[in-house]
Amino acid sequence: MSQPPYARELNLMLCHTCGQVCLLDEHRCARCHSTVHARKPDSIARTWALLLAALIFYIPANLLPVMRTNMFGNATENTIMSGVIEFWKSGSWDIATLIFFASIVVPCMKFLILGFLLVTCQRKSRQAMGERSRLYRFIELIGYWSMLDVLVVALVAALVQFRSLSSIDPLLGIVFFGLVVVLTMLAAMSFDPRLIWDAEVEDV
Amino acid sequence: MKPPSRWIICQHCDSLFESVPLIRGQQAECTRCGTVLKRGRRMSVQTLFALSITAALLFVFANAFPVISISFEGLSNEATLWTSVEALANGRITPMAALTGLTIILAPMLQIALLCWLLAFANVGRAAPGFKTCMRMLEHLRPWSMLEVCLLGILVAIIKLAGMLNVHPGFGLWALGMLTVLLILISDKDIHHLWDDLEGQIK
Repeated sequence: MSQPPYARELNLMLCHTCGQVCLLDEHRCARCHSTVHARKPDSIARTWALLLAALIFYIPANLLPVMRTNMFGNATENTIMSGVIEFWKSGSWDIATLIFFASIVVPCMKFLILGFLLVTCQRKSRQAMGERSRLYRFIELIGYWSMLDVLVVALVAALVQFRSLSSIDPLLGIVFFGLVVVLTMLAAMSFDPRLIWDAEVEDV
Repeated sequence: MKPPSRWIICQHCDSLFESVPLIRGQQAECTRCGTVLKRGRRMSVQTLFALSITAALLFVFANAFPVISISFEGLSNEATLWTSVEALANGRITPMAALTGLTIILAPMLQIALLCWLLAFANVGRAAPGFKTCMRMLEHLRPWSMLEVCLLGILVAIIKLAGMLNVHPGFGLWALGMLTVLLILISDKDIHHLWDDLEGQIK
């Protein structure tokens, strides 16, 4: 089956806000007046910058404790990983797996997949373009589930406040972790999946 | 020259297609990369409007009532969405409170308010004042609204604490559960059809 034409070859582009087909030399969409670009501006540089920033913040996010649990004077501080291990040891392997996926597997997958997409786009690779497109859709879909740990800490800290008896308090690690989530989300948004297919068009 | 409005471009690979009318339940996929290009309309403007009002009411309940309460040797405590945001607002952690507030309260609230506003006018066949701005805002808000993550977070928190204290799910949790499902339904692409419906009226 013959493939459909690329919009850019026909001097057309898409308005992301309203889905209107615009002419390539327009700067604003005729229907909704949003700014339109044939490709997201500086997509590769911006995505790299955000991704590297996220990677740097990911180190303190994992090393610093995210919360302090104080039960009858016994204070313990937990990092994300030690929280997972604690869950596992106490028998709730299902919750441990869930948090492990949301807080560790999802961010790591985003780093690896986005990095991989960036490198292959820069090399103008023509291999497995459909699969790479699918990978991008996948990380867009799973990205925000990493907020899970931040929300759990917030809820638990709001609940367990019994003055001297027992309390749970959020610690600095959670800020770095939240930043990682935001930065990886922004990185995924600034990546333009159309760059994957641009390799196919000779004159770009 | 204006390109014909029946053309459609894939947002993920820039392929150009001619759009065909779809009926309910059908969807058009890009032949090159497999992205969903468009879906047949699942709900009428009227249904969407009714669901948005329901969502607004549920939002009030979900925020006014505690989502979890705990009791422990005669002491008890409860948390609403707002107190969870507040719990992060101390010292160096404060930026996190802003982010959490955005994702579980502000973004869903704005989404619902904008939907109600747009659909109230669309229901009588008119474009709401500020139609373009509102539609643009809705588009930008969507990735930051994380009620479904919040719901899962509440369930995890319940299980986490159940080992050491008595934990009871609050009324707010039921409201939040229903709200989450509704918001997924109404914040979907169905609202995009308004661009075509109100074509002549958007100024």
